[in-house]
Amino acid sequence: MSNALDLTLAGALSAMDKGELSSVELTQAYIDQMAATKALNAYITETPDIALEMARASDARRAGGQTGIMEGIPVGIKDLFCTKGTRTTAASHILDNFVPTYESTVTSNLFSQGAVMLGKTNLDEFAMGSSNQTSYFGDVVNPWKTSDGKNRAPGGSSGGSAAAVAAKSALATTGTDTGGSIRQPAAFCGITGIKPTYGRCSRWGVVAFASSLDQPGCFGRTVEDNAIMLRAMAGYDPKDSTSIERAVPDYRAQITGNIKGKKIGIPKEYRVDGMPAEIEKLWQQGMDWLRDSGAEIVDISLPLTDKALPTYYIIAPAEASSNLARYDGVRYGLRVEGVDLDDMYAKTRGEGFGEEVKRRIMIGTYVLSAGYYDAYYNKARRVRKMILNEFLDVYNQVDAILTPTTPSAAFTLDDAPSDPVTMYLNDVFTVPASLAGLPGLSLPAGLSSEGLPLGLQVLGKPFEEGEVLNVASVLEAAAGFQRL
Amino acid sequence: MSYTVKGNTGEWEVVIGLEVHAQVISNAKLFSGSATDFGAEPNSQVSFVDSAQPGMLPVVNKECLRQAIRTGLGLSAEINRYSVFDRKNYFYADLPQGYQISQLYHPIVGEGQIEIDLEDGSSRTIGIERLHLEQDAGKSIHDLDPKRSFIDLNRCGVALMEIVSRPDLRSPEEAGAYLRKLRTIFRYLGTCDGNMEEGSMRADVNVSVRKPGAEFGTRTETKNVNSIRFVMQAIESEALRQVKLVESGGEVVQETRLWDAGKGHTRPMRSKEFAHDYRYFPCPDLLPVNLPQSFVDEIKAEMPELPDKKKHRFMDDYGLPAYDAGVLVAERETADFYEAVAKAAGNAKLAANWTMGDFFGALNKADIKLADSPVKAEQLGGLIKLIADDTISGRIAKEVFEIMWETGKDAEAIVEEKGLKQITDTGAIEGIIDQIIADNPAQVEKVKTNEKLLGWFVGQTMKASGGKANPGVVNKLLKDKLGL
Repeated sequence: MSNALDLTLAGALSAMDKGELSSVELTQAYIDQMAATKALNAYITETPDIALEMARASDARRAGGQTGIMEGIPVGIKDLFCTKGTRTTAASHILDNFVPTYESTVTSNLFSQGAVMLGKTNLDEFAMGSSNQTSYFGDVVNPWKTSDGKNRAPGGSSGGSAAAVAAKSALATTGTDTGGSIRQPAAFCGITGIKPTYGRCSRWGVVAFASSLDQPGCFGRTVEDNAIMLRAMAGYDPKDSTSIERAVPDYRAQITGNIKGKKIGIPKEYRVDGMPAEIEKLWQQGMDWLRDSGAEIVDISLPLTDKALPTYYIIAPAEASSNLARYDGVRYGLRVEGVDLDDMYAKTRGEGFGEEVKRRIMIGTYVLSAGYYDAYYNKARRVRKMILNEFLDVYNQVDAILTPTTPSAAFTLDDAPSDPVTMYLNDVFTVPASLAGLPGLSLPAGLSSEGLPLGLQVLGKPFEEGEVLNVASVLEAAAGFQRL
Repeated sequence: MSYTVKGNTGEWEVVIGLEVHAQVISNAKLFSGSATDFGAEPNSQVSFVDSAQPGMLPVVNKECLRQAIRTGLGLSAEINRYSVFDRKNYFYADLPQGYQISQLYHPIVGEGQIEIDLEDGSSRTIGIERLHLEQDAGKSIHDLDPKRSFIDLNRCGVALMEIVSRPDLRSPEEAGAYLRKLRTIFRYLGTCDGNMEEGSMRADVNVSVRKPGAEFGTRTETKNVNSIRFVMQAIESEALRQVKLVESGGEVVQETRLWDAGKGHTRPMRSKEFAHDYRYFPCPDLLPVNLPQSFVDEIKAEMPELPDKKKHRFMDDYGLPAYDAGVLVAERETADFYEAVAKAAGNAKLAANWTMGDFFGALNKADIKLADSPVKAEQLGGLIKLIADDTISGRIAKEVFEIMWETGKDAEAIVEEKGLKQITDTGAIEGIIDQIIADNPAQVEKVKTNEKLLGWFVGQTMKASGGKANPGVVNKLLKDKLGL
């Protein structure tokens, strides 16, 4: 092998199938790279010993003719997925000593399909953020460099997972997406990430942020890598009442590269004020590539697009304020003693949660409180339903939707927006599909003037991840994006 | 006639509504697979879900839905095939999630009614507003250590039905009858064991007072009263308190109170104990419950005869007074026992008298349960049959019953063995009577002017016959012979 790290997931599987590479060799290469890129802070917890043990077991299975979908592939796990016996922090001080005694359904699915765990990747605290700067374990550095020498944000909340794939300290990683937490960091880090339809992957064992929005997904180098990994993660789980009982297709087989006659919607409302010309240009380029491949470009309208962010910032904090009530110092995690129970709660949560988490708990508590519930939460729920209906209407005319993933390229860590609302605007293109529970994918399609990756987003119909992946594969082929 | 509280300004009517919390009989908790046995080792019946570990999700236990629907049908209530679980948010050490999952806006059971039976034989219909399902909290133990509290989560997550009555009750007696009737229905259906001392049935008592015919007064709610007797005492004391308060120029404050059984009165809860804004919102981890009609129909088809229906059948078919019928149907096994007795005896009224009189008396005296009775229903019926067909007298029957109780033998065998058969042969009785008349000429003279003395002759005759003479025959013959 020239360099094991240069292989895609699909390539590594094929190399191992042919006996050109063992999982132990591949895993060792990633462990070395994990050490070499430690300064990026992509991992909160590295588990090289576990990785090598799993790799050896994988090689033994392969030798015995048993190969899972992810057999021998070293992956990073977002530190929001509970992993049995391995500390799971949600990047929060309040859980920084928490070791689950159970395995999340998604990681359990991945491991039973042969995946090898390299470690737990960094994220925004409780997945709340768009820059990975709210992590108790420090910023993650985007592996993409610019001539100004300033460190760039990897995006968030799955910043560590995205940075690890871009820096080749993992072949693929899991993520979760609540309002864009897979797609935005994928765009910033120049890799491909998919958030499947809400209910496709089980949330059981994933530390909850906003239950009605949270959805596990994954990052990979290529569209095909995403297809392979998603298939291994997805599936109905009776332990998650919101997961859907529906067969998981072979997504890889659905990538045909043929989109002749497919209708691709271009929502005019995504042309937001102040959008950089290079983003606009990239979007136009995307349309041209699809048209050249035989698709029909259709102008569509999603009038409620600008209502999505305010709606999201009521629903997500409301659910979060309740979901995070369990971190109270009583049973596990951080406890700061107080003079009585209430004082212990206040001190534990005061010290245990960071500023952004506290802000969202306060917003959520406010919008659910007596006298405000109807004006905020209930209204937001109604708008959310309307946003879903708007998408479903549009999907009577088109097969998929193409938009930019983010309104800008990765910002520098130093110049990250300091006011929360500007930061929230990062998710303006990703949040609507989250509210509607639709599948969405971001793939790198070009570079900004500073040489930073820019992403295009493909949205699909409910449970049509295969269609999304197929359309994305056409863009991927046309873009010929040069990965790091 | 109706219950009132006498004040200085006249009579006051008491208005009562009850919220009953009934623990559902089920093998597993409402949202987890943990066991629900009473009295298990502390914290031995706690799952990851119950202890609110990160990433854990609730899954509705369908058996609990069935039990709620069964109970709803038992209350002649509307069954809501669409219902929603909401979160009720508050912090407490024995509430691991930081919220209780309940049903505020869309309960599983709507309006219904039950009939209560009063001592004077009358009955009243009491309206039911709703029944909803919710999780119980754990138990805090504060008196084991001067500084620390202990938490037992065994009960945490156990399913409760909250049954809310209309403010239709007007006296402590009615409240007691209502609770007894609810308990009867629960036990008929096997949906709650109704053991108040074990805490599986508790009541919140809403009380207000008004001048007859006036508008409702301001109510107070006395929480968590755990016996029927205490509920009745709490109503009485709270009504008196309110009357005194209002008559002395005060005003009843709408507040939550606690029952102090030691002092025999209610006291206000500290404001901190209830000043919660519960921030109810639909639990995003659970989908709304949408039950097919067949789900309800299957339960309907398996419903046993309910106590009210049984009561009316006993009144109509057996000619029992309402009160007797009410007592007999109070427990399903008592009703079944009675019907078996009546069938064997061939005389329903006599069967009712004997079951409720001598038989219940013997059970009470021996302090044993119906199931452990040494005299079985068929045997008791056999004894009554002997009375009904004049084989033995009622007095002899009491003796026979005592022997049956001690030996477990059938009545017929005892009567045969001891020669207790009633003498109905007029010739034999005539001989005895003639002898008594001959031996007591003075009494014979007196009885002609004082007919009351006939009793003395009857007594002498019975005594001489060893109690075996048929009293009816004795009476008739004596009257003839004494010329009365």
